[in-house]
Amino acid sequence: MEEQQYDQFTFDFNNEQPEIVRDSQDALQLKIGEFAGPLDLLLFLIRQEQANIFDIPVAKITDEYLKYIKLMKKLDITVASDFLVMAAQLIEIKSRMLLPQDPKEVTEEGEVEDPREALVRQLLEHQKFKNAAEMLYERVTVERAVFPRGRIESDDINAEINATVFDLINVFQKILARQKEQIEFEIEREEISMADMMKELKRRLADFKELSVTTFFEEMRSRRELVTAFIAVLEIVRTESIRLIQSATFGDIVLKKS
Amino acid sequence: MNEEEIMDIDNDEIEVIEELDVIDAPPERVSRPIVELMAACEALIFTADEPVPNKILAEVLGEEQESVRAAVEQLVSEYGERDGGLQIREVAGGWQLCSRPTFHEEVRRFLRTRPSAKLSIAALETLAVIAYKQPVTVPEILEIRGVQSASAIKTLLDKRLIVAKGRKETVGKPMMYGTSKDFLLQFGLKDLDELPNIEDFEDLVQ
Repeated sequence: MEEQQYDQFTFDFNNEQPEIVRDSQDALQLKIGEFAGPLDLLLFLIRQEQANIFDIPVAKITDEYLKYIKLMKKLDITVASDFLVMAAQLIEIKSRMLLPQDPKEVTEEGEVEDPREALVRQLLEHQKFKNAAEMLYERVTVERAVFPRGRIESDDINAEINATVFDLINVFQKILARQKEQIEFEIEREEISMADMMKELKRRLADFKELSVTTFFEEMRSRRELVTAFIAVLEIVRTESIRLIQSATFGDIVLKKS
Repeated sequence: MNEEEIMDIDNDEIEVIEELDVIDAPPERVSRPIVELMAACEALIFTADEPVPNKILAEVLGEEQESVRAAVEQLVSEYGERDGGLQIREVAGGWQLCSRPTFHEEVRRFLRTRPSAKLSIAALETLAVIAYKQPVTVPEILEIRGVQSASAIKTLLDKRLIVAKGRKETVGKPMMYGTSKDFLLQFGLKDLDELPNIEDFEDLVQ
């Protein structure tokens, strides 16, 4: 059953060559890539039916088009919204062709506008650019076979001169950023000077008379501060009339004014 | 000025060009015999690392643009007659000395390079639309291609084949795109006028 479904859709990919590139390694991608858009698919179907582009058998082409979209879904390919828009457009044209002409749409010369006209114009325009793309492809292929002389030392020197303005700004900003970090770091060192730490410790002792060393140490935010705090404690015990009291073995050590 | 004189000798030539740009009065016009002029042009085109515009050649050599053009054109045909490995051609608004396509395999083997990645159909189609309709907006490209072209446009921008050309004064002010100088270089075009007329492609429709 599945097999049959696919057989109905035998697009002759070998004869209907993708006009431009065959660089994909994935076979499936290659096949789909052939129809870069809904207009490509439409042109392909018209060509396959050997229909006149100015007299498109809309009903037939629409059926084929919708079948192809179903196939795409079956192959688990996300159908791009552009393809769906075209499907809707085709169905609209198909239905308009089935309906009797709206007398209001008849132009002064008594001519009736063909509902397919806008689509045909779009297809022709698209085809022109497809051909132009093919021309570009040929040009770039030839161009890839042409080489200018290799770069020499003086070229590189020039290139450097040319690029300097932006490079310089770039480098300068990087240096500035680095500089900033360094300055911040130095300020931090200033903040936790021994003198400050001593002052803080004295203030705390003046307020509370007693201070747990553990609590004090735990307030420190960095290794450096911790070291400073430790030295500050030793210093204050040495210079001031402050005693270290440990009431129990391994217990908390308390700083106390004597 | 003194500082510049001390600079590397390699830069002398470039400085000459820059100085000429600055100096208001063009250098004294000297008329060389055509053979000498051809030789001088050849030397400059060889030395330049990108196509040299006629105008620059004329300025540097202190010659009329017409005589420079005549000299280079004769140079081009001389290279053609010689049937050697080199050619001089007009590309991206200037003269360029490069190898002949006949020897691309040999050159590639020597340079140990492979042909660069090809553009996809979608990218080439989008490029064709931009080349012919520039400056053109994304919705206008969609109209012609019948398909969203965002990724193709990104590829083309990444490859510097197209550049943004400002915004269109319309609803939403969409960005307009046009082709770049790199486009002319990579596609071997003298200028955009060298592109065949888009209407000529209509005949192929059927």
